[in-house]
Amino acid sequence: MEFLGIYHYWVFVMLLMIGFYAVVAKVNLIKKLIGLSIFQSAVFLLYITMSKVSGGTAPIFSEKFAGVLYSNPLPQVLILTAIVVGISTTALGLGIVVRIKEEYGSTEEEEIQEIDRR
Amino acid sequence: MTVLFGVLLLTMLVVTAVAIVRTKNLFVAVMLLGIFSLLIAANFFILDAADVALTEAAVGAGISTVLFLGALALTSEFEKVPTPHRWLSLAVVTGATLVVLYATLDKPKFGDPGAPAHQHVAPWYLEHTPEYIGIPNVVTAILGSFRGYDTLGEVFVVFTAGIGVLFLFSARRRPAGRRKTAGLQDLDIGLRKDVIPRVVSRLLAPFILLFGLYVQFHGEYGPGGGFQAGALIAAAFILYALVEGEERTLQALPAGALVALMVGGAMLYGLVGLLGILMGSNFLDYSVLSEQPVSGQQLGIILIEAGVGMAVTGVLLSIFHAFAARDRV
Repeated sequence: MEFLGIYHYWVFVMLLMIGFYAVVAKVNLIKKLIGLSIFQSAVFLLYITMSKVSGGTAPIFSEKFAGVLYSNPLPQVLILTAIVVGISTTALGLGIVVRIKEEYGSTEEEEIQEIDRR
Repeated sequence: MTVLFGVLLLTMLVVTAVAIVRTKNLFVAVMLLGIFSLLIAANFFILDAADVALTEAAVGAGISTVLFLGALALTSEFEKVPTPHRWLSLAVVTGATLVVLYATLDKPKFGDPGAPAHQHVAPWYLEHTPEYIGIPNVVTAILGSFRGYDTLGEVFVVFTAGIGVLFLFSARRRPAGRRKTAGLQDLDIGLRKDVIPRVVSRLLAPFILLFGLYVQFHGEYGPGGGFQAGALIAAAFILYALVEGEERTLQALPAGALVALMVGGAMLYGLVGLLGILMGSNFLDYSVLSEQPVSGQQLGIILIEAGVGMAVTGVLLSIFHAFAARDRV
């Protein structure tokens, strides 16, 4: 359990930074959005990791299992809604990329900046 | 056993994420992103977050993949330019990684019941849900009632994003009538030529819809609720549209109806909140909706979950159709 805990946090850091790398280093706009999705998922993972209580179970009551320990429902609520908000905002981002492609003929950041400089 | 499984899943997550960033083929990256979502959903599940796992599996692995593919179809499938300043970026990211890794040393122990996150309001919610709301699923109770304001805000963000996409794509509309279908034979549309996808999708779509409705109305008792149901119902229509073509899907559920769902869902949520004020209590306090405070709460949660489900279905399908109806330039 001890090791799994540390490992969860490390995986969170790795995912966060992989997503961050894609956002800062890649020039393709779709790739940046994919990176942003990974970044976002990493944050979700952190919240859900923190909601876990050792020996706990999903926070749904049942008469058959009285007196059991429940994991924290609050971060779950926050992340549940955040996932749906995340996909909507990603779709908005994709919409903007598609419009950029239509106007500039490219989805590569460098080429777009080149066209803007002209 | 669970520990081993957890470690395996987490390792696969990192491997998939690295593969996503490294590949130059965006189609491959999007497919891997679907796998990534499924893996993280399994992870949420073993961390006791059944509701979140259901949402992530429906939204991340299903709808998000389709939307990314829709965007790829309108742009390009390959990254052309090689990554510039790669070493500089790597150095910055490595620096940031070390800082955040250092910060994780201060985090509370994994699963520690005494961690600060479990001290504040969460125990109160767990303790008082049976008394005030009277439903078994605490996640739904918090989402619908205790934290109704948050959820209202999230629904409006989803709504705004949907309006935003429609607005973006309203520029340079094609002349009246839909493209393609005019000169095409019936079998050229979608995947209608291919028997297996067609039969399977026709068989599956009604059951996905049914499951979506089950998830919608069973959200008080098990994992589920409006967000998950909205995504599932949208997924059923998207599956149908991928195989049978957009035209027929729009006949079944016209674009106008989608906008009505979008607006109606968000309005329903807001109106239930206002009803609380009109009946002599606070905004989004459902206790006054019925004689008994507890049954009032339950009624309120059913209504706002219906609003959430409608809004999410409407927004996701509107976004899908907006991408699908567009011509590649």
